[in-house]
Amino acid sequence: MIKLASEAEATLSSFYEEMRDKGAPRLRAAGWASFSESGVPNRRVESWHYTDLKTAMGRPAPLATASRAALSLPRAHDSLRLVTLDGVFRPDLSDIARLPDGVIAQSLRDALAQGEPHVLSALASADIGAQDPILALNAALMQDGVVIQIAPGAAIDRALELTTLASAEAAQSTYTRALVMLGEGARATVVETLGALSSAPAQDNCALVLRLAPGARLDLVTHFSGGVDQAIRVASLLAHLDAGAMINSFALIEGEGLNRRQIFARLDGENARAVFNGATLGRGRLHADTTLIMDHAKPCGESREVFRNILDDQSVGVFQGKVIVRPGAQKTDGVMQSKALLLSEQAAMNNKPELEIFADDVQCGHGATCGRLDKDQLFYLTARGLPRREAEALLIEGFANEAMDAIEDEQLRAFLSDRVSAWLSRRISR
Amino acid sequence: MAARQETVARVESIDVDAYKYGFSTDIESVKAPKGLNEDIVRFISAKKGEPQWLTDWRLDAYRRWLTMAEPRWARVHYPRIDFQDLYYYSAPKSTPGPKSLDEVDPELLRTYEKLGIPLREQEILAGVETRRVAVDAVFDSVSVATTFKAELAKAGVIFCPISEAVQTHPELVRKYLGSVVPVTDNFYATLNSAVFSDGSFVYVPKGVRCPMELSTYFRINEQNTGQFERTLIIADEGSYVSYLEGCTAPKRDENQLHAAVVELVALDDAEIKYSTVQNWYPGDSEGRGGIYNFVTKRGDCRGRNSHISWTQVETGSAITWKYPSCILRGDGSQGEFYSIAVSNGYQQVDSGTKMLHLGKNTKSRIISKGISAGHSQNTYRGQVSAHRKADGARNFTQCDSLLIGPNCGAHTVPYIESKNPSAQFEHEATTSKISEDQLFYAMQRGLSAEEATALIVNGFVRDVLQQLPMEFAVEAQKLISISLEGSVG
Repeated sequence: MIKLASEAEATLSSFYEEMRDKGAPRLRAAGWASFSESGVPNRRVESWHYTDLKTAMGRPAPLATASRAALSLPRAHDSLRLVTLDGVFRPDLSDIARLPDGVIAQSLRDALAQGEPHVLSALASADIGAQDPILALNAALMQDGVVIQIAPGAAIDRALELTTLASAEAAQSTYTRALVMLGEGARATVVETLGALSSAPAQDNCALVLRLAPGARLDLVTHFSGGVDQAIRVASLLAHLDAGAMINSFALIEGEGLNRRQIFARLDGENARAVFNGATLGRGRLHADTTLIMDHAKPCGESREVFRNILDDQSVGVFQGKVIVRPGAQKTDGVMQSKALLLSEQAAMNNKPELEIFADDVQCGHGATCGRLDKDQLFYLTARGLPRREAEALLIEGFANEAMDAIEDEQLRAFLSDRVSAWLSRRISR
Repeated sequence: MAARQETVARVESIDVDAYKYGFSTDIESVKAPKGLNEDIVRFISAKKGEPQWLTDWRLDAYRRWLTMAEPRWARVHYPRIDFQDLYYYSAPKSTPGPKSLDEVDPELLRTYEKLGIPLREQEILAGVETRRVAVDAVFDSVSVATTFKAELAKAGVIFCPISEAVQTHPELVRKYLGSVVPVTDNFYATLNSAVFSDGSFVYVPKGVRCPMELSTYFRINEQNTGQFERTLIIADEGSYVSYLEGCTAPKRDENQLHAAVVELVALDDAEIKYSTVQNWYPGDSEGRGGIYNFVTKRGDCRGRNSHISWTQVETGSAITWKYPSCILRGDGSQGEFYSIAVSNGYQQVDSGTKMLHLGKNTKSRIISKGISAGHSQNTYRGQVSAHRKADGARNFTQCDSLLIGPNCGAHTVPYIESKNPSAQFEHEATTSKISEDQLFYAMQRGLSAEEATALIVNGFVRDVLQQLPMEFAVEAQKLISISLEGSVG
């Protein structure tokens, strides 16, 4: 093991000392060993080239301690909520008692204490995302979270919302991990909500692990909001799909601070299908990084990605998407698209769509564009009497909506559209 | 139809790993001792009779090189190169700087004849229909002959070996050498700066349209020799030049190193068109031998409305590491990159371009076609960036890959960075295999699988072939068919 040099890493090491005996020792040790090899990534680490976490993090904020606050959280949609607050799962704020048949939920802490082998092995990322130091750090330091098991064949109608919130008045570091396992042929909708209730610059490292048994289907909606200028949020999504499984996901990223969403998805059975769409609404000094590794390990897989970055003020967008087709994964079909709109002179976008292909009978492509609103379209609208800002809003809305088309849940789609509208009306009124 | 039959006949007549240029020439040569140190750098400089400033420039590069690490980021794998186990200077033994072709070793001329390089002006002049091309031939480390010099001089164009330009036009060399690819640019460019032996120098004066195509032919002959040529092309205001580059090497079991640097400077309203057909020995069908091609090529669109266009056909080399780039500094300047990279056997290609938009209303266009077969790996790696002040920058990129056979790989790694809202960037990439339908269609009409593949591949790369000067395009088309030998069925 390489000796950790920086102060940041020394602090993280003390976190590890605190967490190492809190269940899953092997998983934690493996995560720590992997993290220690590279440390906090900076620009010189290829996959973190556009997001200098080391500089942003400086000295890690102290490890979160459980808050006892009794909160009443408003509901944005009709989902069954499971809340993790300041790094701790809160059954009192969650709808545990209302969960339908076929859904079992428990806290990660309990799950680790019980040490059921199938849960422990599902929690480990195996080789998916194994190269990422921040995901490894999450495994080493995970404090709490939720473990959800959905029975084979169950069809869960109501969405399950995994809410992760920071409420502390002073900056804290949280490490949370959630696991959702869908049994064979099961169906469910999950909403992943990350937000902040205070204006402290929290440092959140969270992971969501999805295991889809053969034929399972998961609809996933992710929403990032809140955050302040100095806040850091790295959210990793690990998706493992067996034969014939399908995931259909959309993420809306807004707020401020440094955000990185990293997706490590593997189609590990034939005929699996994945949709990862997303939109970013950038304002202030938001830094929004979406990094996606779509790994086709078995034949006949299909993947679709549509991302939209809308960047105003000094916000910076990053999209790194890599489609891997492993040897033998014939008949793979992959299409990835990333488009960005720069709305201000100071906004910036970095696109890095990659293909890594080791099988010949495949069809893969990607497209990436970057530019500002089309002058002709703006002229058309303003010539018909729309004020300039409203004309812009109309075009931006259309641009964002292209990424939302695949969301099947009407209520969730309406919720997200409202968020986009709210963002745009704030822009109009400025 | 005739062209097709010719292609087919050519394909049929050649064995799986036949490399047409695999012969070596027995010729007496002068070599510097193996290895690299300050004395070798001084030896090379002294051999060329260089002025002190250039010797110092080389030594400075050498000292910096010692502190640098070999780049490891490219998707190529090879055993560590022992830089002390190479000859850094090898020259055919003859009087330095031949005055005319009669002084050139006849054995050498025969080599170029075998390669089909038109060195003798009279022969070219005799053929009325042939378009005239001025050729500078570089054998191992030194330039052996440059044709049509007199006629070019009449137009004011300077076209000579760079070692000669150092003597005859020191002010130009000193002003521009290292101004596009700085001494410290990267490991291989720095090595080249220390030990470069020869290469071509072109200067096209203001308002002159160069009356003929300029061409350099590079040949590595000696064993264990590194070739480090350096090319410098300057197009002064309002001028135009088209430059072609070709390369071959004998078949050898061990790997040979080639680390060239090419610098282009285009001033106001000037245009440079640079075409390469790279056919270094790719190694045999088991992946033994072949050239390691680590090349730094960069063009600086320094002037307003200047224009630089790179076209490359890459079929050779065991390893290709090459990113011909354009710095679009002048307002309204344009950069283009057209590439065909064919890999077969165990070849590894990591190639692409950089388009750096610094000036206003700059435009760039990238068309890259990669074809992988056998056990080869073919990577496109490119960067397009718009800086804060690059108002109205435009880029269009298209990268297509074609895979032939289940054991090869095709990869695309583009970096697209925009810091200006008025910059408009579009990037598209696809990977596919030759469709069964197309093959079936062609074969049903009587073509064999191999002929049908050659036909489809030629269609796939047509956009790029169209950018090549005519005689190169024909050659390139044949080359691609030959490179894909044995990849079907």
